[in-house]
Amino acid sequence: MNEYDVIVIGGGSAGIAAAVECYKNGCEKVIILERDKELGGILLQCIHNGFGLHMFQEELSGPAYAQRWIEELGKYEIAYKVNTMVTHVNVDAHIAEDAAKAKSEADKIVEYVNQAEGYVRIRGKAVILAMGCRERTRGAIGIPGYRPSGIWSAGTAQRYLNMEGYMVGKRIFILGSGDIGLIMARRMTLEGARVLGVAELMPYSNGLSRNIKQCLEDFDIPLYLSHTVTKILGKDRVSGIELSEVDDNMQPIPGTEIYFEADTLLLSVGLIPENNLSEEAGVILHPKTGGAVVDEAKQTNIPGIFACGNVLHVHDLVDFVSKEGQEAGRNAARYLRGELKSEKGFVTKAGSGIGYVMPQKVNADNMEETVEFMFRVSQPCQNVSVSVYRGDTCIKKVNKRVLLPAEMEKVKLDKTLLQSAEGDLEIRIESRGVIG
Amino acid sequence: MKEDKINEKKANEKKTNQKKELICIVCPIGCHIEAELDPEGNILSLSGNSCGRGAVYAKAELTNPVRVLTSTVKITDGLYRRLPVITSQAIPKDRIFDVMKEINKVQVCAPVKINDIVIGDVCGLGVDIISSRSMESVNP
Amino acid sequence: MFNELSLGAQTGADMYDIIIIGAGITGCFIAREMSRYQCKIAVVDAENDVANGATMANSAIVHAGYDPEEGSLKARFNVRGSRMYEEICRELGTEYIRTSAYVAACSAEEVEKLEELYQNAVRRGIPVAYVSTEEARKEEPALSDHVVKVMELPTTAIIYPWETATALMEEAVINGCDLFLANKVTSIIKDNGGYQVKTNRQMFVGKLVINAAGVYADQIYQMAAGKKIFTIKARKGEYYVLDRSDNPLVKRVIYPIPSASGKGVLAVPTTHGNVLLGPNSVFTDDKEGNDTTREGLDYVRNQLMKTLRVFPANKVIRSFAGLRASGEQHDFIIEESDVCEGFFNVACIESPGLASAPAIAEYVVNELILPKYPWSVKESFKRREPLLRVNKMTPEEQNELVRMNPAYGRIVCRCEQVTEAEIVEAIRRPVGATTVKGVKKRVRPGMGRCQGGFCEPLVVEILARELGITPQEVLLDSEKSLLLTGETKEVGGEQG
Repeated sequence: MNEYDVIVIGGGSAGIAAAVECYKNGCEKVIILERDKELGGILLQCIHNGFGLHMFQEELSGPAYAQRWIEELGKYEIAYKVNTMVTHVNVDAHIAEDAAKAKSEADKIVEYVNQAEGYVRIRGKAVILAMGCRERTRGAIGIPGYRPSGIWSAGTAQRYLNMEGYMVGKRIFILGSGDIGLIMARRMTLEGARVLGVAELMPYSNGLSRNIKQCLEDFDIPLYLSHTVTKILGKDRVSGIELSEVDDNMQPIPGTEIYFEADTLLLSVGLIPENNLSEEAGVILHPKTGGAVVDEAKQTNIPGIFACGNVLHVHDLVDFVSKEGQEAGRNAARYLRGELKSEKGFVTKAGSGIGYVMPQKVNADNMEETVEFMFRVSQPCQNVSVSVYRGDTCIKKVNKRVLLPAEMEKVKLDKTLLQSAEGDLEIRIESRGVIG
Repeated sequence: MKEDKINEKKANEKKTNQKKELICIVCPIGCHIEAELDPEGNILSLSGNSCGRGAVYAKAELTNPVRVLTSTVKITDGLYRRLPVITSQAIPKDRIFDVMKEINKVQVCAPVKINDIVIGDVCGLGVDIISSRSMESVNP
Repeated sequence: MFNELSLGAQTGADMYDIIIIGAGITGCFIAREMSRYQCKIAVVDAENDVANGATMANSAIVHAGYDPEEGSLKARFNVRGSRMYEEICRELGTEYIRTSAYVAACSAEEVEKLEELYQNAVRRGIPVAYVSTEEARKEEPALSDHVVKVMELPTTAIIYPWETATALMEEAVINGCDLFLANKVTSIIKDNGGYQVKTNRQMFVGKLVINAAGVYADQIYQMAAGKKIFTIKARKGEYYVLDRSDNPLVKRVIYPIPSASGKGVLAVPTTHGNVLLGPNSVFTDDKEGNDTTREGLDYVRNQLMKTLRVFPANKVIRSFAGLRASGEQHDFIIEESDVCEGFFNVACIESPGLASAPAIAEYVVNELILPKYPWSVKESFKRREPLLRVNKMTPEEQNELVRMNPAYGRIVCRCEQVTEAEIVEAIRRPVGATTVKGVKKRVRPGMGRCQGGFCEPLVVEILARELGITPQEVLLDSEKSLLLTGETKEVGGEQG
């Protein structure tokens, strides 16, 4: 069995950044396993620009951003395989004789398959999970109606459109005003389709205002806030959709139905971290993020298994994904050097106004000079303070003008500040002027 | 914060000043900016922006809105059937569909290097359509 | 007896001994049985694939037979069919899992009814036993606190209905049967000791007609008889599908106490690790009306809270609906017509239709057809090659396959781990897939969590290549269900 220092599962933005950082921090045998035809992940089909503002101070298209990182990867002796599907990840049970000792040193066995090699098992000291996410489906949100052709998640339609060169329909309705839906509204219009409208369940859009402007307003595509698709018509192919207004509880209001003669319904209704492999390996997931519960080193409950990127929590900016990949890579190297042994630490909590906080725990001894906490607010707020508490002590307060659930936020604390008080760490939204 | 759909008010037939509204997209605050323009379309006043960047954006957007356009062109011998392309600079917003027409006529052949010019000086705008990525040939 | 030659020459029709109308589970079982004999068989179906009606959308349970009314055909054929399935699935190489079942009573009144069902089972020789609620809850932790008494039926099993039907039809076809899909019957004329069956595509002539046309069996019979003899109403049943899990919600089929409208809302494990929750029971006038409804799905969800303690909404990956063929007599109609000699009705095959199907076919062939039309048996009966389940093989076996055919090393469907070679096989073999849904029914891409979000473009590419068509011509299911409407850059390019 081939052996590696680090096995990276997923060759998208997170995986590539993680692999590069592993190598730069001293891991010699690093390999990336990627299921698609080439490295790059979802960025390859995100042909619009807006990527790289933080990382490269440029606004690149998705493929160009991916190419920068792939070129960076090419400078190092990092192995990778494409057209390769990972089927299993497990902790090597054979080594686990002494449970405590084995838990921290046990190798990981990764099984993959490709045409050239068949079904192969490899051994790695550490594994970095970077599998990204999948899209929420019509079936999962339970839109009643027939099951005709003409219904896709926006990302699948995007792949057909941008990679294969096919139109999926002529009269499109889009459910979900997240960025993927907005981007597709523009793309379909530019390629000759008629986009009849975009509906959003919430009373506010989930997408960047720049996309509302440049994808909807520019093309006079109406946005129906507080609306949802309540029925799909058409037995063989979509022939229409029924749109209803929703109340404060997001329930359809009878009598508000309007109909659109669409032949296509695209869904942009959320992303779900793709953690099937992680769960099989015994990684514990967080119910709010759908990704692994991790500490500040991005390490999961299984020593030596790290997670980063969309598989850990769904991101909005690829720059943050790359950064998170780098953190996971750097810490995988620290793990291999035996620097992540301690398990003492404290947990983090999402306080009032906060949807979730990542990481979910912090290792007091392992942590580096600063720890960056990522979070999302649960509803839009203006002119508030983001307050960080340890126990009852407020250790940091940052004033913010505007916070949106659609935009991931971060707050950085240095080690001394974090250690200045005791107890669980909680991030909460407070009105300005409240003294903790 | 409600993000209402903003409809540009139709220009007045008579020669009077117009009022226009737009949402600034420079940062997440998304200030609602109100502008007054004279009959020729010159900006007389701007209000609602919290910073100077907003004023710059609003001026540009109201007098000469531009957009970076991204699309794909047909490509043969490549790993995929389409090659992503991008305008080398922003183009006038009202020329988007003219440029799309030109983009749709093109067919390139792999290999292609990132930033290769696919259409030079498209529609005489002084802007090129360039490749967003390198794509190798599958038929060496 | 029957001037085949002249009739054929006049009408340009295809001449058969038997025409089976309907390629659902019943039609497929009958076709396979009759293909053992020296007769020419045609199966016609209006749909674009076999098993596209009720056989497509049901609970997939081989019920033990405790529930149908005493003395009914349902009781007779369910009990017999339930005993036949294991052997048949072994012969075909298709899935059959004896999950066992609990019938759960939740009130004193229901306990009485449970005792009746218990006695039914005893009388019919169906293995049955009461189990304590403690043991039941240990075995099935999802059972709710409302459950007060539980009866177990260990011979209850589940199958994979599309696989079973397709496998049956495959054997029929490799033994000489002709299959005509996308052929909707438009008229049936009795003539010269036979029947002219006209479809939207061609004309068939057959000595015998077997009407296994599901919800349309009444209209098909009416075409032959010249008047409406019985009426079939479509009765919709809606389901939720839960994601595959190593720890499924239930291990056994969980039945509530049945009511006048049917068996009630069930929790059913599937042969591939999913769980089905449903169905409801609502009559609809539209015989194509298999859409799911808000009211129907809500009803399923609410009713489940009787027998189950939780409805795992976040594990739902899909919902669907099927239409049962319900007759007024609440029983199967399986007989030769008394006004149309040689016309056999196998109609009103609603629950327990799936479980009864092999026994129905056995009866139709051995007791209705052969005594009157004694075709001799063929010398040999060819068996189908079962589909390989690659993700169930050992690594050594898998690698042997890859060495032989690298396409076994390319996983196309990540959620269900299906290789390209399996998809190609599903397309190339007899009664092969010709649509995205056909591939999905046979080898599962699109059945998983992502519902085809990742794999559909890849499946479309493979179908186009194998069928020699463009991706734009690939269908989801019916001929009107195109996926892609065209290429990008078409408009601009053409205008030059």
